[in-house]
Amino acid sequence: MQELISFIQKYKYLLFFIMLQAIGVHLTIRNHNFHKSTFLNSTNYISGNLYEKFANISDYIHLKDQNQELVLENIQLKNKVAFLNSIEETALETISIDSTYFNQRYSYSTAKIIKNQYTKSNNLLLIDKGENDGIEKEMAVFNSKGIIGITEKTVEKYTRVQSILNKNSGISARLKKGSNYFGPLVWDGKDYRKVQLTDIPRQANVKIGDTVVTSGRSTIFPEGILVGTVLTVGNKNSSENKINVQLFNDMSNLRHVYVVKSLHKLELKTLQDE
Amino acid sequence: MNRVIYYTFIGVLLAFLQVFVFNNILLFEYINPFLYIAFVFLFPVRELRFYFLLMAFSLGLFVDVFSDSGGIHAFSTLTIAYIRLFLIKLYFRKTPIDYPFFSLQKEPFGKIFNFTVTLTVIHHFILFSLDNFSFHNFTSVLLNTLYSSIFTLLLFFIGGYIFIKKQ
Repeated sequence: MQELISFIQKYKYLLFFIMLQAIGVHLTIRNHNFHKSTFLNSTNYISGNLYEKFANISDYIHLKDQNQELVLENIQLKNKVAFLNSIEETALETISIDSTYFNQRYSYSTAKIIKNQYTKSNNLLLIDKGENDGIEKEMAVFNSKGIIGITEKTVEKYTRVQSILNKNSGISARLKKGSNYFGPLVWDGKDYRKVQLTDIPRQANVKIGDTVVTSGRSTIFPEGILVGTVLTVGNKNSSENKINVQLFNDMSNLRHVYVVKSLHKLELKTLQDE
Repeated sequence: MNRVIYYTFIGVLLAFLQVFVFNNILLFEYINPFLYIAFVFLFPVRELRFYFLLMAFSLGLFVDVFSDSGGIHAFSTLTIAYIRLFLIKLYFRKTPIDYPFFSLQKEPFGKIFNFTVTLTVIHHFILFSLDNFSFHNFTSVLLNTLYSSIFTLLLFFIGGYIFIKKQ
């Protein structure tokens, strides 16, 4: 008995250590086996309450972000409502009138590129159709792969096209998936395979590889013509928020193109000018 | 006795800071400092050893409760609290007579550095091993130990520098 007591006396710290350690091991193993079935976890009364208090404080700090998110959601919902309304209206319309005739907005014609240019900072192309073929100023030019440019000046048999590889070009484009954010497509004059999409709001969720299409906001381009894929997303904190877009088109190798006439252009223009 | 209360207070404060501040710091998305172990470095030697062990265990358990991790913090903190005395013998060459007068602040930086690095690495290694609880991803355990140790020690020395200079 005396030996036992002296043993305990001698190794009391080690024994205490082993005892506590055993509790620790027990808790760890139990945590792994029963997936937090023990009452010593963050859902219990004391720690749960404290967490709630701190969560309230951090909620208050994050009010601004939360508000922004809500506004964003509101915008999305409003867009949806507007979209549904428009569907409803057109549905009613089709009952009363033949919409296939009245709703045609674009007519297409073909042309051939006879002079290509892609190395300068303001590139201009020439196509083999002119006034005689009904080509006018400011008509969209594209091919099966994507957009090419806008007609700039017409003579009898030829038309000059302002390429998207032009510093004055500013075609309105948007991301294909999930959002109505749009912005002008500009070219920084460096690489003929890349153009830049600017002025997309910061809150837009842009991912590398997303498809960029024309937005249909301008009176020139129909909506949904392919442009390219997102290559890099710029620094989110900069004011212009530049997105590099890899073009689907190989601008150095173009031949047959379509020219689009917007039939509602005059109407829209007069409305905008008023 | 005053010192014991003072360091107990510091320990509790560090545990709260750990739970509500440091657990939310994720450097490069996964590096987490565990500064509450500074309690083990700082607590006076030879005073109430039972109390010290129990306190280390409870602080670890406190952090465990808040991070839903069973008993891994309790286990690893208790381990370094127990082996601390042997490391003091080893690094500072102290005999039991010196313990009442021992204070970390009076020691040369090199010795303090060795002492804290050893304790931190042991603590973090046990912690991450238990957290992983298997021999898969053992490299990630080692990497986590390395990165988190660096981060913890950096915070410890910066904190020590700031608070000791002020006194």
